Amino acid sequence: MNFWDCGVDLDGKSGKICVDIRGMSKWFGSFRVLNNIDIAVSAGEKVVICGPSGSGKSTLIRCMNSLEQFQSGSVTVCGVALEQDGTNAAVQRRVGMVFQQFNLFPHLTVLENCTLALRLVLKLNADEAEARAREYLSRVRILEQANKYPADISGGQQQRVAIARALAMEPELMLFDEPTSALDPEVVHEVLETMTDLAATGMTMICVTHEMGFARQIADRVVFMDEGAILEVAPPPEFFGSPQNERCRVFLSRILN
Amino acid sequence: MTDFLAVIVGDFYARMLVLLLSATQWTIYLSLTAFVGGGLIGLAMTLLRIAPVKWARLFSAAYIWTFQSVPLLMLLFLIGLGMPAFFKVNVPPWAAATTALTLFTSAYMSEVWRGAIQSVPAGQWEAGRVLGLTFAQSLRYVVSPQAIKIAIPPTVGFMVQIIKGTSLAYIIDFNDLMRWGKKIGNSQLDGAEPFVVFPIVAAIYFLLCYPLTVLSRRLERRSGGEKLMVAAKGVNVGG
Ligand SMILES: Nc1ncnc2c1ncn2[C@@H]1O[C@H](COP(=O)(O)OP(=O)(O)OP(=O)(O)O)[C@@H](O)[C@H]1O
Ligand SMILES: [Mg+2]
Repeated sequence: MNFWDCGVDLDGKSGKICVDIRGMSKWFGSFRVLNNIDIAVSAGEKVVICGPSGSGKSTLIRCMNSLEQFQSGSVTVCGVALEQDGTNAAVQRRVGMVFQQFNLFPHLTVLENCTLALRLVLKLNADEAEARAREYLSRVRILEQANKYPADISGGQQQRVAIARALAMEPELMLFDEPTSALDPEVVHEVLETMTDLAATGMTMICVTHEMGFARQIADRVVFMDEGAILEVAPPPEFFGSPQNERCRVFLSRILN
Repeated sequence: MTDFLAVIVGDFYARMLVLLLSATQWTIYLSLTAFVGGGLIGLAMTLLRIAPVKWARLFSAAYIWTFQSVPLLMLLFLIGLGMPAFFKVNVPPWAAATTALTLFTSAYMSEVWRGAIQSVPAGQWEAGRVLGLTFAQSLRYVVSPQAIKIAIPPTVGFMVQIIKGTSLAYIIDFNDLMRWGKKIGNSQLDGAEPFVVFPIVAAIYFLLCYPLTVLSRRLERRSGGEKLMVAAKGVNVGG
């Protein structure tokens, strides 16, 4: 492909906006979980979101693929404006998501986990679906486990399968919600490596994580959230070197040592 | 068959046994009808109960609540005796018995199945959704296969409750095992005293129920073992 034609520059960033959130707020009953959120993420950009527990990180990214609804402001994802209080299946198809608990389907093999949506949603035939699933499984280096059941592979392997399953849908945006927090410490690196490889392909990624080494390495910008609001947004050198917000400083000093 | 039995237990008991066994047929038919009919209605109610449509959920909840709160005996009375008296319609005992047991079964089954579906972690539904699956696809390909495993043992176990439940239908003159047992027991014939007949009736019920109880226990042990294995490896705990 000729990258002059498709408007992609050498960094893989096109300047095209992938996620555009303006003045967005969300309530759970009378509790305001998200407070006037403003953030725009360009295609190809990698954003890491961190913040204390309960600050609304998961809720924010779940609003980006219509898993949660919002009540005011606007959210536009992959060019589709989401409706307030609505669910949007079209956006869910174009956004991939990886969960803390993997959420693999335990009754299906690794391969079947990856082919299910290819067949049901993208309507590929059995051969096409399998070929594509194998391609993505080999990209996360787990092809040799294709015929095993999730219960028979390690947590790190399961999470990589979950990544392959999401990637096989060829999404425009990948969301990660603390993908390594449920893992044994010794396998965290294998999932982070997979994510680093993915970052190198130019995929747009928004990751909630407290793996600050990973953030430093791949993030274009790091976001700090507390009590439902975004308090700091900066590229890693500024974010870690000279955070402006007081609560962000306290948070960083706590988790960095 | 009577001749064959006569050789073993004598003519009188042979005839009694054949009578009881042919009455058992009706117990079996009633149980099967209730199980199949109740299962189908129960399935429909289960789907309504989890449907993403509010009125469907409310309707199904009301249905389940109603038929679970009314004792089976009361249902039999209402349908078999109440309806004929009140609406001046003729309700044959078999129709009343099948209807009452079907309603009773459907309410119970849908409650069991709803529980099974809800015990599948919410993360499974979400994983389906973020892959673009519709509600129906997630239910069909992701959640049901897991829920069915959980639901099979209690479903088989409930068949025992249905069989035992059919014995109440004697009260509206349904000609099942229980009613014939009672008739023979009350017949004042020598050798057909209640203390002889009822143990035989009980034994027949036992023979019908025991295999199902054993099967249900075995299935439970198997699915329990699987669950433990999955939990031990840390798959899909929570959502
Ligand atoms: N379904 C819900 N109903 C009501 N309150 C909720 C719901 N989900 C989350 N909350 C509340 O919203 C707030 C933000 O939750 P969220 O899960 O987004 O936080 P988080 O930053 O992801 O935290 P963590 O680091 O623990 O994952 C929390 O106070 C939480 O209790
Ligand atoms: Mg969270």
